[in-house]
Amino acid sequence: MMTEDQSGLPDSGGHFGEFGGRFVSETLMHALDELREAYGRWRKDEEFIQRMYQDLAHYVGRPSPVYYAQRYSEAAGGAKIYLKREDLNHTGAHKINNTMGQGLLAQHMGKRRVIAETGAGQHGVASATVAARLNQTCQVYMGAVDIERQAINVFRMRLLGAGVTAVTSGSATLKDALNEAMRDWVTNVDDTFYIIGTVAGPHPYPEMVRDFNAVIGREARRQMLQMCDCLPDALVACVGGGSNAMGLFHPFIADADVQMFGVEAAGRGLESGEHAASLCAGRPGVLHGCRTYLLDDDAGQIMQTHSVSAGLDYPGVGPEHSWLKETGRANYVSVTDDEALAAFHQLTRLEGIMPALESSHALAYGYKLAAEMRPDQKVLINLSGRGDKDVQTVAALEGMTL
Amino acid sequence: MSQRIQNCFTAAGKAGSKVLIPFITAGDPDPDWTVAIMHALVAGGANLLELGVPFSDPAADGPVIQLASERAIEKQVDLHRVLEMVAAFRRQDQTTPVVLMGYMNPLERFGRRQFPAAAKQAGVDGLLLVDCPPEERGVLGEAMKAAGLDGICLVAPTTTRTRLAGITAVASGFIYYVSLKGITGSGQLSSPELEQPVRQIRALSDLPVAVGFGIKNADMAVAVAAHADAVVIGSALVEALSLADSEAKACEIATAFVAPVRKALDNTA
Repeated sequence: MMTEDQSGLPDSGGHFGEFGGRFVSETLMHALDELREAYGRWRKDEEFIQRMYQDLAHYVGRPSPVYYAQRYSEAAGGAKIYLKREDLNHTGAHKINNTMGQGLLAQHMGKRRVIAETGAGQHGVASATVAARLNQTCQVYMGAVDIERQAINVFRMRLLGAGVTAVTSGSATLKDALNEAMRDWVTNVDDTFYIIGTVAGPHPYPEMVRDFNAVIGREARRQMLQMCDCLPDALVACVGGGSNAMGLFHPFIADADVQMFGVEAAGRGLESGEHAASLCAGRPGVLHGCRTYLLDDDAGQIMQTHSVSAGLDYPGVGPEHSWLKETGRANYVSVTDDEALAAFHQLTRLEGIMPALESSHALAYGYKLAAEMRPDQKVLINLSGRGDKDVQTVAALEGMTL
Repeated sequence: MSQRIQNCFTAAGKAGSKVLIPFITAGDPDPDWTVAIMHALVAGGANLLELGVPFSDPAADGPVIQLASERAIEKQVDLHRVLEMVAAFRRQDQTTPVVLMGYMNPLERFGRRQFPAAAKQAGVDGLLLVDCPPEERGVLGEAMKAAGLDGICLVAPTTTRTRLAGITAVASGFIYYVSLKGITGSGQLSSPELEQPVRQIRALSDLPVAVGFGIKNADMAVAVAAHADAVVIGSALVEALSLADSEAKACEIATAFVAPVRKALDNTA
């Protein structure tokens, strides 16, 4: 089976407690019904599952290893730190687990055109990659600001044959790209499949994207048992929309002894107001099709966020994370730009692994956490992506042009 | 049903005329002009006013209304301010119904339980939430019912018969048929395609049917009115108003925009 419904959620309307649901215009409701029906059918179809696992193995390169980061652990001086190496996937991040699944689903639904939104560009690249392989037309929406800071990924998408549309409305970042993708979908709903890149959006996206990424947690659980004969004491993953975290967390939800930490972007500090920490500093509201924690002002206008990492620069979060926060099953914390950058350098120098700036947030917190734990304990950090795409950003921050 | 909305459609029915519904974004181009623009629209022949509540992320709207929202937000127009505008409008006009159109999040911040009574108190008659299908209304729906605020529902070309039955069961005021697959202000509306869906709605509901999205001028309004009880014109009017540089000019544009549409509708009736 593709998923263990340990929580039994969402309910049939896509709700995780008071979160989730389908807050979209009427025009899209039928498309969501169709998608829910198709996903419900194909997720149980043996042939579909086989095809997907084959692709995950031979195309994506799964399973990704769990690596014991000995020098990084020794530097922290506490618990042993293990890294789930999603950075080793084809295209360099966990995002392809989901685009592979949704791309195949689009194919089975007879939709030849796919669209996607992207922030850092990783989801856009992963969507364009799968579209190239499945012979689908692909249109990616990306904020003009993000296009500027992720020029390499934009070029990669174009090389893969995707069209990239710059979105200049609003704050010209990920949230605006999502609005624009929704507008495309509502206009071309008959022949177009919208590949949402995170566990947000209207039902069934949060559930579906979680399920496609849950391969991370299933593998990690098995690998930890094989390597250590026990489960980790704590899981740590960064949270923007929250797909890599949800994918890691979900198969562990019933393991009550395993603590979970979702790490949000504190940007220039929570008190500065320039951050993207929806769960740590936001409140429940409705954005992009679901009720969830978000960052807004007193008038209910969505705020502009800041993070050094484009992939975390989002004012909402997946509704299941809101639920996990509300129930106390997972803890949500935040890490500043500076802390994340320090972790980026530290892992690179100590282990020869250059992490994405998104993943660097998880590393920074995991390191602090490990330092306070006993040497016999274990922390598993999701290394959700590699840092090659970020070298220009890091260089620019250090006053260099490449 | 709100008395004002009911009266409006009953009167039009008796006169054999069509209800003309202009949409403007509250606070655009200037919050101080909105009330005067509303009166000017009525003077030009509007029967019911749709007032857009600005939202930062209007995913169902096209660029014209999105930009209008951004301008209004820049001028600090929030839901409280919108209700003040309606209350001010009501001091001179107690008959023209006003429907607020917008997105959920500003309402969440105002308070889903508190908003309907406050809106009713200000003189609002109906609420159309673009991103809230009937099944997600929850406590808001209860509070709307208690306050006597009409919940205007959207029906789209993609709405199935099963969904339509669910929607007509809870809709009140009127049904808003979205004339095309797309965002507000799009351009591919074809009026003959309206006949069948509108007939389907009428088979399930006695409520009046308004048609909107993509209607830009008098000719299109007349073509659409052949199938509907009411016609909504939004983006084209919002775009025209954005050029105004004074309240007087904005009012002149508003009246001049609506009057020929009114005349064309009346000539066909």
